[in-house]
Amino acid sequence: MRKIWDIPGGIHPPENKRQSNATPIASVPLPEELILPLTQHIGTPALSLVAVGDHVLKGQKIAEAGGALSAALHAPSSGVVKAIEDRPSNHPSGLDAASIVIQCDGDDKWTQLTGCDNYLSLDPSELLNKIHQAGIAGLGGAGFPTAVKLQARQKIHTLIINGTECEPYITADDTLMRQHAPDIIRGSQLLAYILGATQIVIGIEDNKPEAIDTIRQAAQSAHSAIDVVDFPTKYPSGGEKQLIQILTGKEVASGNLPADMGIVVQNVGTAFAAYRAARFGEPLIQRVTTVVGESLSRQGNVQALIGTPIKHLLQAHGYQPSNNSRIIMGGPMMGFTLKCIEAPLIKTSNCVLAPSHSEMPPPSPASPCIRCGLCAEACPASLLPQQLFWYAQAENYPALTQHNLFDCIECGACSYVCPSNLPLVQYYRAAKGDIKRQQQEKEKSDLSRQRFEFRKQRLAKAEAEKEAKRLARKKAAEQAKLKLANTGDPSAENNAASNSAEATLKTHSSNEKDSRMRNLASAQQRLQNAQNKLRTAESHDETETRLSALAAAVKQAEQKLREAQAKVDASEQASDNEQQNAQQTPQQSPQQSQQQSQQRTVDSLKKRLKAAEQKLAEARTNNEASINALQLGTEKLSAKLKDAESELNHIVASAKLNEEQTLEAAPQKNAAELAIEKAQAKTGNLSAMSRGEKALAQIAALESRLQKARIKLDKAQHEQSDHVDALRNGVEKLEQKLKQAREQGS
Amino acid sequence: MPLLNLSSPHAHSSNSTASVMLSVALATLPAALVLSYFFGWGTLINVVLSISFCLSLECFALYLRKRPILFYLKDNSALVTAVLIALSVPPYAPWWLLAIGCLFAIVIAKHLYGGLGYNPFNPAMVAYVVLIISFPLPMSQWPVAQSLQDANAQLPNFLDSLSLVFASRENIDAYTAATPLDVFKQNSSAMVEELYKNSATFSQAKFAGVAWEWVNLAFLAGGLFLLYKKVFTWHAPLSMLAALALMSALFYDGGSSSSGGSPLFHCFSGASMFGAFFIITDPVSSATSRRGKIIFGASIGLLVFVIRLWGNYPDALAFSVLLLNFAAPFIDYYTQPRAYGHSKKPPINSENTK
Repeated sequence: MRKIWDIPGGIHPPENKRQSNATPIASVPLPEELILPLTQHIGTPALSLVAVGDHVLKGQKIAEAGGALSAALHAPSSGVVKAIEDRPSNHPSGLDAASIVIQCDGDDKWTQLTGCDNYLSLDPSELLNKIHQAGIAGLGGAGFPTAVKLQARQKIHTLIINGTECEPYITADDTLMRQHAPDIIRGSQLLAYILGATQIVIGIEDNKPEAIDTIRQAAQSAHSAIDVVDFPTKYPSGGEKQLIQILTGKEVASGNLPADMGIVVQNVGTAFAAYRAARFGEPLIQRVTTVVGESLSRQGNVQALIGTPIKHLLQAHGYQPSNNSRIIMGGPMMGFTLKCIEAPLIKTSNCVLAPSHSEMPPPSPASPCIRCGLCAEACPASLLPQQLFWYAQAENYPALTQHNLFDCIECGACSYVCPSNLPLVQYYRAAKGDIKRQQQEKEKSDLSRQRFEFRKQRLAKAEAEKEAKRLARKKAAEQAKLKLANTGDPSAENNAASNSAEATLKTHSSNEKDSRMRNLASAQQRLQNAQNKLRTAESHDETETRLSALAAAVKQAEQKLREAQAKVDASEQASDNEQQNAQQTPQQSPQQSQQQSQQRTVDSLKKRLKAAEQKLAEARTNNEASINALQLGTEKLSAKLKDAESELNHIVASAKLNEEQTLEAAPQKNAAELAIEKAQAKTGNLSAMSRGEKALAQIAALESRLQKARIKLDKAQHEQSDHVDALRNGVEKLEQKLKQAREQGS
Repeated sequence: MPLLNLSSPHAHSSNSTASVMLSVALATLPAALVLSYFFGWGTLINVVLSISFCLSLECFALYLRKRPILFYLKDNSALVTAVLIALSVPPYAPWWLLAIGCLFAIVIAKHLYGGLGYNPFNPAMVAYVVLIISFPLPMSQWPVAQSLQDANAQLPNFLDSLSLVFASRENIDAYTAATPLDVFKQNSSAMVEELYKNSATFSQAKFAGVAWEWVNLAFLAGGLFLLYKKVFTWHAPLSMLAALALMSALFYDGGSSSSGGSPLFHCFSGASMFGAFFIITDPVSSATSRRGKIIFGASIGLLVFVIRLWGNYPDALAFSVLLLNFAAPFIDYYTQPRAYGHSKKPPINSENTK
């Protein structure tokens, strides 16, 4: 005798097995149509191989496995494929599922099957393929594709054949064992051969003495060392983990599979089907099902075709709908209710339970949990159901996980004993679903966060590169300017070092024209810089005040550019500027010193920028973490902003000075210079203006520019110039800017 | 008619809260009878008064809370609380004492906390503690046991009993006597052996103390019945009695004048058996796991002995129970059983601190 162990908890609900196990397995008349959902197993749906209108033979494959974890489907009878469509499913969700519907022709004509007399001489992989091709999925209820389970990577030493059938009412395995014991033994040997298992244990609860006897005899006559073990009846001994504990005393570690401890458990029905597949090439197209319940006039086990509508099955047993309020697929402990009886019988359907009203009255209302602990006493997994219930109500998911919610096998023992009639399992299922969903969402958000951070990094890098290039250009221009200034007259020193805002003050240098051209270039550069800054600031969501300040800077730079342009033009016209130059030079001196100090600040800022640039470059060459790069980016930004600020101040200051100067120098200026000074004054005014005024001025400036641009465009169009497109773009841009300015102004 | 769509399991045992509560109430019958035998009508008056107070207060509280009155009244939980209060208050206690006790038990300790299943404290013990602190005199006036009666001390007849409860309590002293625990507590010089010889409470007793040994035996019988009916498990009662016995054995001190009393004396005196089987087994307010129940029970046993020996009160069940009611969630937290497939106890705080 093999030593057996006890499991903690467990219950003894009324067995209710007599109703169905007294008679041999009967048959059901062929239904008119068979409905075969493409998902009857755990895993990916099968892929249909037939089209509507195809004629199929009994046993013909109509859908193949849709992936590694999937099972094929076969026509349970001959007929025509009537439809491939969504039909009510045999699933707890009650949702419709894609199904192949076969209109039976009544001939029940078999396809050609390839059997094998000496199947044990075949290679295990070949047998595995036969089982795979036969579409066998765990017949005990879970529907795990059998071939996948038999392909365990781990070394398997023990095969346990589960004949426990601990659920009340169900006797499908019981009668199968009684009537087909030799085939079950052969099937067990076949499975052990495929697995390479050295030990076969068949576990049966002691409430099935006939089955135990026949299986023992069959095992003896097969001269095999199969261990047939009976153990005390207790629900849920038939759970995979519980059966392993009963037969080996070991527990499957949480999160592990039995295969991890060298054990594979298969249902007796699965062993039987595997034998039929290997020996006769017979696919899984029928199964033994218990049809039971007091709303039926005849109860018992039937050999039913997969796909038989439950309605057909019930009607064949004298179903009285008036005396029935729920149809349960499976047993009363773990079965689920059908939403409509048009759903078909599937591979995992071991029982159709149609109880009468008195047999299973509607549940009484739940009362509060009194923490009596009966549930904890009944739990086969040694959980604390009352605590889980408490936490499930509070949706305290961390506590639920900590209380091992996921080790709950949903056997229903806790709900069964609960004096408060609490639907505990329902709470656990809901909580499990919520936790899983939460985890999925967390994974998803983690992923998108990673993506976002990567994008940010990438953008910062691109920005830094652009900035580096820009600075390099600026520096080169600056150096060129310096060089030029050094080779020129003394006043050019000031000129080269100054901003474009001071451009007007250097109209009287000796090489006037050159310096003006340089001023023009530098003004252009400044405008570009200011625009860049504004754009970066915009993309970095700076405060409104800073944005408007920068926008004003851009405006001013534009103005300067125009002035510089005008000056260049003017210098060509003017010829008598020398005297004025001489007059103006002394006036310049205080301004010069100021400009020089400002120049120093700008220079130092530039240095800082350069240093930041270097740091960034270093970080890049050293492949430092992204954080460093980002930090440098921020540093740079702040430096840049400071730069902009100082520049702004600078411009304002110089503009004011210019204003004064204009007043002083006005009488001496020629017409061209007057125009320039006017523009200068306007700039000064602009900076002094309020925001609204500024906006208005801006709008006006833009309007005039737009007008000019339009005229140019018209001209170009008229002349059919090549620049039409570019000009049109320019006009469009200006229009946009104007619109924006108006929006801001309003 | 559409088919019912229900979640498994579809089968249910015939067990219900109402039947569990009724079993508990019925299991107190032997003790109620023994108490009546020794102390007269007082116990029965207590029971009747307490049940009527508790049930009406329960109705009132349910009405205020807008709950279905009949549905909740039928769960018999108020009945159990009523019986437990009735048996813990001395017979012939004034009616208002019971009324106040019931008010505290049902309205404050139970319904203000959310009703059945949500009360952190045992309602009957809350009532007892409130009464013994607020009204120590009537709460300690236990009548003299019938077997000890002489010409001077007679149990009141039924009418006298009613008048004691509802009218004048001037004569109450005529009927009262020290309980065995009182006797032991007040002993300051006598050796245990002397005490047993001199005090009628012990000299006329079979093994522990007159009347109380039988009361405790009756509670034990009722408790064993409930144990057999699987209303609760053995863990809490046994560990409480074991702790009490162990402590008294440790401090028996060879029967000297400073002895704490024998284990037998402690287990069969006062509220020991009542507490072990009817109070600390209250599922709502006690620890849930098996290990938790053992810790819960043993701690109560320990505290009972500590207060009996060194405290101000002759008995200490209510205080000990309330203290451990506080600790029950804490005990639960650290005594989670090892679940299937887990090699060790679940790591505490591993998830919660996140």
